[in-house]
Amino acid sequence: MDFLTLIQILDSAVRLATPLLLACLAGLFSERGGIFDIGLEGKMLAAAMLSASVAAVTGNVWLGMFAGVGISILLALLHGLASITFRGDQLISGVAINFLAAGLTVVIGQSWFGLGGRTPSLMGEGRFKSLEWPLAETLEGIPIAGPLYSELISGHTFLVYVALLAVPASWFILFRTRFGLRLRAVGENPAAVDTAGISVVRLRYAAVAICGVLCGLAGVYLATGLAAGFVKDMTAGRGFIALAALIFAKWRPWHAMGACMLFGVLEALSNRYQSIEAPTYIIVAILIVMAAGLVWSSRKSLLDLAVLGGVAFLLVTVGTVSLFSSGLFGQTAIPGQFIQALPYILTVVILAGFVGKATPPRAGGEPYVKER
Amino acid sequence: MDKMPKWADVLLIPFINLLLAFILSGLVILAIGKDPLVAIKTMVEGSFGSTNAWGYTLYYATNYIFTGLAVAIAFHARMFNIGGEGQAAIGGLGVALVCLAVDWPHWTLALPAATIGAAIFGAGWALIPAYLQARRGSHIVITTIMFNFISAALMGYLLVNTLKEPGNMAAETRDFPAGAHLPSFHEMLAPFGVEFSKHAPANISFLLALLCCFLFWVLIWRTRLGFAIRSFGHSETAARYAGISPTKIIMISMMISGALAGLMAINNVMGESERLILNSVEGAGFIGIAVALMGRSHPVGVFLAALLFGFLTQGGAELQLWENIPRELVVVIQALVILFTGALDNMVRAPVERLFLKFKKRVA
Repeated sequence: MDFLTLIQILDSAVRLATPLLLACLAGLFSERGGIFDIGLEGKMLAAAMLSASVAAVTGNVWLGMFAGVGISILLALLHGLASITFRGDQLISGVAINFLAAGLTVVIGQSWFGLGGRTPSLMGEGRFKSLEWPLAETLEGIPIAGPLYSELISGHTFLVYVALLAVPASWFILFRTRFGLRLRAVGENPAAVDTAGISVVRLRYAAVAICGVLCGLAGVYLATGLAAGFVKDMTAGRGFIALAALIFAKWRPWHAMGACMLFGVLEALSNRYQSIEAPTYIIVAILIVMAAGLVWSSRKSLLDLAVLGGVAFLLVTVGTVSLFSSGLFGQTAIPGQFIQALPYILTVVILAGFVGKATPPRAGGEPYVKER
Repeated sequence: MDKMPKWADVLLIPFINLLLAFILSGLVILAIGKDPLVAIKTMVEGSFGSTNAWGYTLYYATNYIFTGLAVAIAFHARMFNIGGEGQAAIGGLGVALVCLAVDWPHWTLALPAATIGAAIFGAGWALIPAYLQARRGSHIVITTIMFNFISAALMGYLLVNTLKEPGNMAAETRDFPAGAHLPSFHEMLAPFGVEFSKHAPANISFLLALLCCFLFWVLIWRTRLGFAIRSFGHSETAARYAGISPTKIIMISMMISGALAGLMAINNVMGESERLILNSVEGAGFIGIAVALMGRSHPVGVFLAALLFGFLTQGGAELQLWENIPRELVVVIQALVILFTGALDNMVRAPVERLFLKFKKRVA
């Protein structure tokens, strides 16, 4: 892989990581405030659809952005209504919002444009333009630093930089302001916050609303920055990858950026290559080490041994198959499907606590009932 | 504490929830410039108007009975198995492997074998999330969501790279042998002189689904294990104090849940397509959530709710065909049902409860 290819992959990784990062930060605010949100996907989808529709009709991407963020906030408040005011199940409410968005975007899109759920392609002012940084073209000739500056740093759309700036902003709000302290407290121990005379309900609604804004931006970027218009189911599980990134980052903003970038790189790689070749002996070695680790960690209980031993057996089987099909020093193709599934697999591994334990905010998922 | 009568809890509240969901769906239809009454008429005719229509309705209902029971048993242990979609897909893999491995002489032999294959594969796919919940405290909702995506990738890989017939463009296995063909309603009812449509996909797995409903009832309300599952669902600390092992209950109830979801493949893979295709589950795993919520996790309720969603799915297809309303309308209705019966339940419950209390006081 030459340097220019690397830059191109990283460049596309930044673009692909942007919606993940915005949605991940959205989830961060909500979950730090004690409201689990598996409806990120639905809010993104609704925002993508409405922003693309408004931008297509008016030809103005900014109006589209406000519309997209608006619908996302509305859905977030619906989630708040169900999970804060009526103390319903937050997970079920999230599922409902995902389906609501998945259905309504197509039904309404078909009725508005008659294109089978698509919106018309956006052109000109209907899309966010790439912002060329000063001197990007003049500096391109400089080796290494030139392409790095003109390809990777310059030339993204407005929302990419918003997403990147949202990381330090989120960190500052959550960890350096009074509001952030209270928000985190309400996610860990709402009773204590209530005792201090601060409204749990108001704080949680604030958390949910911020989540709505950020999720909306993620959807708007999908339809008007990354693509040129809305297509049915265009989020394609990104809301869940963002959720995965949030767990991966253990609910911390800077780590969230790292996780989203990692998942962005994975997506960029699987877009660019059908499959990735790697020396078989390295793959076999990794699989054997993982299998041995699983068996070692399960030596104390029979149940652990049965389940983890089974997984270890599967890993060894995969290793044996690739060994026989290509020889020890041959090349084994890692299928693209595996790279696509890698964010999910990594999240399960993190959740399992084999590599660092992910502990969610303590009061997350539970409605707060004031004592009488 | 004063409570409202049981019939209100079991019948009235779900009915109000459903009514709210339908009213909103009607408003959506109005909003896109169609007539809700015409839409309802089209849906009812399209799903109950002929034996062909009935065949499709019952075929979809069969899928939803399996996935609904799968979600319901996890609910009894107070777990939310959102992974029915993946478990049903992997169950399909089990069915396909069993059906393709042997040139089956007759379906009476193939059906039990495929049932076992579907159940083992479905349960196997639920095993790791269950284990991680039981031993590592990883939240079952997140892990099962992740496993849905992993299963989609896995099935994509297997169908494109390993299971595909060489020379075939589509990512699907070869057709199952003739001996693995399950009798359809047409073949089953012909000896009784009933003329049932030849083309409808409803088949004998509907009876298997009914059997599962009955076994589900026996398991939950008539066995020691069922009692343990329900106790664990009501209060983990109490169950632990009574000597019930949480690990055991989580593992067993999730495995049964996965097996039930996997069994859906008997209907859609073995009964309908008779080969394994990509995306064979088509969201039925998720509809199971709405079905279990509507049915209050009781097999009779699940059966009725599955019929309702079978009607909605088939009716939705007819709407697309005749009224040019996208079939995603069904997804909207499904979302509203989940929202009102699952998340906004208290919105309806609290006022109704208050009403009953007031009424009781006046009588007393």
